[in-house]
Amino acid sequence: MFPICEARWLAPSVRWLKVEAPRVSARHRPGHFVIVRVVENGERIPLTIADSDREAGTITLVVQVVGATTERLCSLEAGEAVLDVVGPLGRPTEIERFGHVVLVGGGVGTAVIYPQAAGLKAHGNRVSAVIGGRSKPYVIMEDALRAICDAVYPCTDDGSHGFHGFVTVKLGELIDDPADPVDAVLTAGPVPMMRAVANVTREKKIRTIASLNPIMVDGTGMCGGCRVMVGGQMKFACVDGPEFDAHQVDFGELADRLTAYRGHEKALWERLRGEAKDHRCNLAEAEKALKS
Amino acid sequence: MRLMATTMTPAERMKIPRQSMPEQPAEVRAHNFQEVNCGLALEVARLEAERCLRCKDAKCVTGCPVGVNIPGFLDAVAEGDLNKAADILYSANVLPGITGRVCPQERQCESQCIRAKKSTSAAVGYLERFVADWARENRPDQYVAPPPTGKRVAVVGGGPAGLTCAGELAKKGHAVTVFEALHKPGGVLVYGIPEFRLPKRIVEIEVDKLRKLGVEIVCNVVIGQTYTIRGLLDEEGFDAIFIANGAGLPVFQGIAGEHLKGVYSANEYLTRVNLMGAFRFPENDTPVVRSTQVVVVGGGNTAMDAVRTARRLGADPATLVYRRSREEMPARGEEVRHAEEEGVRIDVLVNPIQILGTDDGWVRGVRCVRMALGEPDSSGRRAPVEIPGSEFEIPCQVFIEAIGTRANPLLTQTTPELKVNRKGYLETDEDSMTSVPGVFAGGDIVRGSATVILAMGDGKRSAAAIDRYLQAGK
Repeated sequence: MFPICEARWLAPSVRWLKVEAPRVSARHRPGHFVIVRVVENGERIPLTIADSDREAGTITLVVQVVGATTERLCSLEAGEAVLDVVGPLGRPTEIERFGHVVLVGGGVGTAVIYPQAAGLKAHGNRVSAVIGGRSKPYVIMEDALRAICDAVYPCTDDGSHGFHGFVTVKLGELIDDPADPVDAVLTAGPVPMMRAVANVTREKKIRTIASLNPIMVDGTGMCGGCRVMVGGQMKFACVDGPEFDAHQVDFGELADRLTAYRGHEKALWERLRGEAKDHRCNLAEAEKALKS
Repeated sequence: MRLMATTMTPAERMKIPRQSMPEQPAEVRAHNFQEVNCGLALEVARLEAERCLRCKDAKCVTGCPVGVNIPGFLDAVAEGDLNKAADILYSANVLPGITGRVCPQERQCESQCIRAKKSTSAAVGYLERFVADWARENRPDQYVAPPPTGKRVAVVGGGPAGLTCAGELAKKGHAVTVFEALHKPGGVLVYGIPEFRLPKRIVEIEVDKLRKLGVEIVCNVVIGQTYTIRGLLDEEGFDAIFIANGAGLPVFQGIAGEHLKGVYSANEYLTRVNLMGAFRFPENDTPVVRSTQVVVVGGGNTAMDAVRTARRLGADPATLVYRRSREEMPARGEEVRHAEEEGVRIDVLVNPIQILGTDDGWVRGVRCVRMALGEPDSSGRRAPVEIPGSEFEIPCQVFIEAIGTRANPLLTQTTPELKVNRKGYLETDEDSMTSVPGVFAGGDIVRGSATVILAMGDGKRSAAAIDRYLQAGK
C-alpha cells in the first residue's frame, strides 16, 4: 500500500495527491511516469510524476477525473492509500542546454511539464511556460511554474484569465518574437493540442518533443498496447518513450486508439454511479471548495 | 495410508491401458473459465502408476529438466503412500502443481518412457498433478526455514524461473528477495496462462509455500527502473543476483492495420483477461474488446491460449491461422485437441497480409494468403511460401498476434556491463553466470521464448551455481 500524505483539489475534477513511494521518488527524473492501481479488481493506469521529494520519499500525482479509475483515485483523502504504485517508468526527458525552451501544457498536461521546466531551468536554459485551460479555474500550477520559469503565459479559451485564446496562438507569438528566438518546445496535454503545437513548430523547424499518453497495461514493454507510430516506425511509449519527436508522431492514430474503450468506460462510470447511492460527487465538492 | 507393496510383473503392467484425464465436456467448457482437466481419482491414479515398469536405468528422469525421481514417486503412488510421493516430488520440484499442468510431458519425461516405444507412456504429468493437488489439500506444509547463512540473494522476476530459484536458495538458508514488476507474483503463470489451464488459486498457494520457506516477495519493482543491478549489489547489499525477468516485448507482423482498434498482441489480450480479469468486466474494471469473430495468428501455446480465451469470451467462430502446417505447430498436442473440441477453427498454411478497418478505426477483417511448404529453412522446418493469387478475407472484429517476443531492453539498458547477444538476450556461462560476477540469469531472458519447465530448470541449476558461488566465500 502507498499512503497518501496530502490531497487537495487543484481545479474542478483535478486532484493533487502526494503519495509515499520512497523507491519511486529515489529514482525519479523529469519525464518519468508510474502505473497505479487503486483497488483490487481495478485497472492499471499510467500517470506522469508531477514532482518528487527524495528526502520525504514522496511523489506528486496530478489526476483528472476522466473515468472510473481516476474517479476512485480522486476520491481518496490523506490517510488513505493507493493499492499499487510502480515506477519510475519510461525514459526520462532528455535535458539539454537548448537556450530558450518553451513548454506548452494543456489541462493536466501542465503537471507533466512542471518537472521538465525545473530540470531544464537547472540545466541553464531560459524557460517559458505556456499553460492553457478552459477558464481560470482550469489553469493549474501557475504559481509553482512562476517560481521556476523565466516567464509564464496562462491562456484561457474564454479569456477569464491571461491570454484569451489557444496556447498555440500564444506559442506562435513567442516564436515570432525576433528578440527572443525559441530553440526547443516541449508539450504535454490533449492529443489535438499537441498535434496543433507540432504543426506550429514544424515549418519553423523548431525541435519539439511531445509527451504521449496512450493506453497501457503493464508499462514495462510486455503488452504493446501503447504502440504509436513515430516516423513510420512502431514504438512502445512505455519503453521507447513516452516522449517523442512531435513532428514524427502520428497523432491521428494515437487519438483514435485512445477511444477504443469509450463504451466500456461509460458502462463502468454508470455502474460506479449507480452502485454508490451515498456517493459524494467529487465535481460538486471541488467546485464548492474552490469557491470558498 | 500405505496399503501394500506392489508386486506386479512387467507383463501384467503392460496390460493396463493408459488412464485418461477426466475433462469438462467441450460444449460446457467452451463457455467458462474453469479448469478443463479435472484430475484423476485415487484408484485411477494408483492404477496408472502401476503402468510404470520401474526401469533400473529410468530414461524418463533424463527427460525432466528438473530431474524428478519419477519411478520413485510413481511407485509411492502405486503403493498409496501419497505422503512419500509428495516428499519425492517436492524435493526436486518446488512447483509441481504448476508443472503437472503446463509441462509438455509428451516431449520430455513421457517421450523417454520405454513403454512409449510399444504403446503409450506412463502418464507422468497426470500423476504429478495428482500428487501435488493431494499434497496441497491434505498435508500441512513440510517447509521449515533452515538456519540462515547470512547471505542475501535478489531474484529479478517472480515467474517460473525466479520462483524456482528462490525456493531452492531458501531451502539452503539464503535470504532471498524476489522483485516482481507486476502487482502479483507468478509472471507468465498469472498474466499469460489462462485460468482454464492453470487456476490462479494454485499459483497463489504455491507462492505462499515459498513465503513460508522465508522467501520475501516485493511486487511493483521494475529492475532497470526502480533499482539497477549495480544498485542491488552496491547499495542494497545483495551478495548475488538471479535475473529472470522474462521474454519481454511482443513482436508484431509489421503488416498494415496494426494500429486499428481490436488488434492485440497475445500478451496484451491474455494479460487483460488473466491478470486483470477482464472476463469479469464490469465487476473488474479492465476492459477487453469482445466480438463474435476473432482471428488469432500463430501456432504456439500462446496462440492456443489466446484463441481458446476468445472462444470463451463468446467468439463464434474463433479462428486460428498459422503459416506452416500442423506438423510444424509448436503448440502441445493436448492444447490443439482441446481447442478444436471447443469449436476453435484451425486454418493452417495461411498468413495474414493486411488488417482491414472500418471508417471509424475498428478491425473489420483480415486479408490472408495461402501458403505452401518449400525447402527447409534455417530452423530445419520447411519454409512457407505464398501461393500467388490465393488471397482471401476472413471477417473479424478482433485480431490477435501471437508470433513471439523479443528481448526487453529495460534492464540491459541500465546495466551496460551485462553482455547480451545479437538479439538482446543475456549471455551466460555454463554456471548460468552473466558477464558480471555474482549476477546469474535464466529463463526467457537467456533462452528467448521457451517453456515454463525449461525456465524452472534454469532456476534450479542457477540456484545450485549461486549456492556454490556464495559458499566459495565471496
